Amino acid sequence: MFKFLARRLLSTLPVLLVVAVLVFLMLRLTPGDPAAVLAGDAASTEQIAQIRTGLGLDRSIPAQFAIWAGRLATGDLGQSYYYKTPVTTLIGQRLEPTVSLALVTITLAVLLAVPLGVLAAWRFGGWLDRLLMGFSVLGFSIPVFVLAYCLIWLVSLKLGWLPVQGYKRLADGVGPWLYHLTLPAITLSVVYIALIARVTRAAVLETLGEDYIRTARAKGLPEAKVLLRHALANAAVPIITVIGIGVALLIGGVVVTESVYAIPGLGRLTVDAVLARDFPTIQGVILLFSFIYVGVNLLVDLSYVFFDPRIRY
Amino acid sequence: MSLLNRFSAAAAFAALTWITSTPAMAQATVLRVVPHSNLAILDPIWTTAYMSRNHGYMIYDTLFGTDENAKIKPQMVESWTESLDHRLWTFKLRKGLEFHDGKPVTADDVIASLQRWGKRDAMGQALFTFVQRMDSPAPDTFRIFLGEACGFLLEAIGKPGSSVPFIMPKRVADTDAFKQIDDYTGSGPYIFKKDEFKPGDKAVYLKNTKYVPRSEPPSGTTGSKNVYVDRVEWNLALRDAQAQVNALQKGEVDIIESLGFDFYETVKADTNLQMPKYATYGLQYMARFNHLHKPFDNVKVRQAAIAAFSQEPFLRAQVGVKELYRPCYSMFVCGTPYGGLVGSDIQAKSNMKKAQELLKASGYDGTPIVIMKPTDLAAIQKLPDVAAQLLRQAGFKVDLQAMDWQTLVGRRAKKDPIDKGGWHMFLTSWTAFDVWNPIGNPALDSRGEKSTWFGWATDEKLVGLRNELMRATDPAAKKKLGEQIQTRAFEIGTHAPLGEYDQPMAARKNISGFFITNGNIYWNLKKTGA
Repeated sequence: MFKFLARRLLSTLPVLLVVAVLVFLMLRLTPGDPAAVLAGDAASTEQIAQIRTGLGLDRSIPAQFAIWAGRLATGDLGQSYYYKTPVTTLIGQRLEPTVSLALVTITLAVLLAVPLGVLAAWRFGGWLDRLLMGFSVLGFSIPVFVLAYCLIWLVSLKLGWLPVQGYKRLADGVGPWLYHLTLPAITLSVVYIALIARVTRAAVLETLGEDYIRTARAKGLPEAKVLLRHALANAAVPIITVIGIGVALLIGGVVVTESVYAIPGLGRLTVDAVLARDFPTIQGVILLFSFIYVGVNLLVDLSYVFFDPRIRY
Repeated sequence: MSLLNRFSAAAAFAALTWITSTPAMAQATVLRVVPHSNLAILDPIWTTAYMSRNHGYMIYDTLFGTDENAKIKPQMVESWTESLDHRLWTFKLRKGLEFHDGKPVTADDVIASLQRWGKRDAMGQALFTFVQRMDSPAPDTFRIFLGEACGFLLEAIGKPGSSVPFIMPKRVADTDAFKQIDDYTGSGPYIFKKDEFKPGDKAVYLKNTKYVPRSEPPSGTTGSKNVYVDRVEWNLALRDAQAQVNALQKGEVDIIESLGFDFYETVKADTNLQMPKYATYGLQYMARFNHLHKPFDNVKVRQAAIAAFSQEPFLRAQVGVKELYRPCYSMFVCGTPYGGLVGSDIQAKSNMKKAQELLKASGYDGTPIVIMKPTDLAAIQKLPDVAAQLLRQAGFKVDLQAMDWQTLVGRRAKKDPIDKGGWHMFLTSWTAFDVWNPIGNPALDSRGEKSTWFGWATDEKLVGLRNELMRATDPAAKKKLGEQIQTRAFEIGTHAPLGEYDQPMAARKNISGFFITNGNIYWNLKKTGA
């Protein structure tokens, strides 16, 4: 187990290195000039050139990479061109809203989707199953921003139950924090409810046909126990995998939701950085996203041991 | 009740209290504003970005301001004199000026601030070609010694457009002009809360209770800067146009600085909202040619393009709301001191037939015109399509290239040939005060590749006329020179003005005190029922 863990952790290093090199090169090859963005609309070509020199962008690409990689090796992600703030500080400020949104969303999705998926499998072909399948098609199809605007119109503007936009930090109290996160989380959770419910249904459906389920029922166990203890527990691996992928996707994929609901998270930071050609910030955020992807995948792999005793590392 | 139950009840009560707790509601009056863009750079001298300038107006004061009728009036200055030969200017600061750290504003602070600004701003650079030296004979008095008479000194130090000469403490103003400051101590009506600034999230300003406003009524950037709210919060995260309107309708924000034209009717129909008039002159759209490359290195081709550019199609497509736009063929914005129509016939009285004739006579060889179209900037994204269509009708071949605004901003700074990533034309928008003065109008700098703005027009005569205007001190002579400059600019086709428009601002009805500012300014505003 520990050997596996060490091996997996070591294997993340080349992944992160490749990501770092690719992101660095792609940014340098993309059109756009950070100096021109910083200088403003009325700036002269001379002023832009001076800013470019100040940022070190007049150096060769290998020289720029060497400087950046040297800093990265010491854990320094550099300073944002745009905000003149260390990238680690910016990421620190933006991490809480994104992680909060992701966690509330995935919690909501799991709490709703897993029971619905189990019930749909249990009543395979019935109205609940068909309703759930219909919902999941809708959930996959409807764009997040369309759903967001519809929910804002109904829940915030017409009913006045929840705010239209904004984010309150956890330090301001759990109440305000949840009050501001509820609508964005509902919006974002729909697609994950659809995904997790479908996977749960399929996995549970498969296990319900197994001999040990028939045996459990023959022993006279209550149906709830059969479903939860025997069917769901044995169907857990694919469900956990999908939830894990969902968490990773959420951390890096909340851009639209953060924009519509004005949540100052990592998604918004990434968009701003891309628009401003803020190379250090883009590099830092993408490295973080890569790290999260790798980390979540590792956690998911490790969790298989607990859900399926047959798996050993 | 068992011990366990009592413990559970206490724990539940504590949890409930924690969950439902909200921070103590402050009694302060907070003005919640959605600015037109993100605030990233806090040094308004280092960048020309409008957001940084607006931040500057919150926390700094200026020596002079520009009123709603484009007249320069004193702000920090109490009185001033000008020698008969116009070469010695003496200024006395008014009493009560104090920085946020409690130190008085002195002439030394002013001199250091002007020197730093003069290294960055185009108009400041022009002014400092006249300045021999500056000194401070008394803490509240400073003098500017000019090598020769200069007719735009007050216009330069009272300018309200990009790169405003804000007055900073000497210790801050002594910062290299090419490095950003990190001390935001000003003497303006608001104090910047550095500890609450979260880039991309929010910026907070507190009322400067020690600020001593002037007694005249507010007008433009002049007059009294009374503050009636305790705190202004700029919501920097709320960038989606629809979400902004939703938040305004729900009362979660008080003001949207820049309302999308698509939402004009929605806001107009909402009885809780208002769209206060805050600008006399609005903004101007502009098409800029690259004079370095074929075919726009040929004056006749530029004239043909200008002749094709009737303003109404641009305004109708981009703004759409008839009451918000007006064609005006002045390069200096109609209604401003230089805003006449002399010399504009080539565009104002032209038509497509004339454009076609001009193009035919120019010897245009069919080179496709590369127009850069920013797809992500709603404020100007429709203009390039209209320009392309009009040019095609005139007989041009057009290569309309879509890109994001920042790519455009980077690419327009390149002088490279077209096949190496160069360009022929881009379209943009300016606030009136950036273009109303022939000296400050960036598109009129015609010193070829030495020009301070992209497009690099070359014309000795225009350079000479601008130099003459810089030295003119008689108002009538200045006006005459302004007309000559405009005439010459149309003759050589520096650029094409594409009409003027008002950018609507939206606010809730409980906000009052709006006045003509010609910019986004937050003094004099009152909020009731907060």
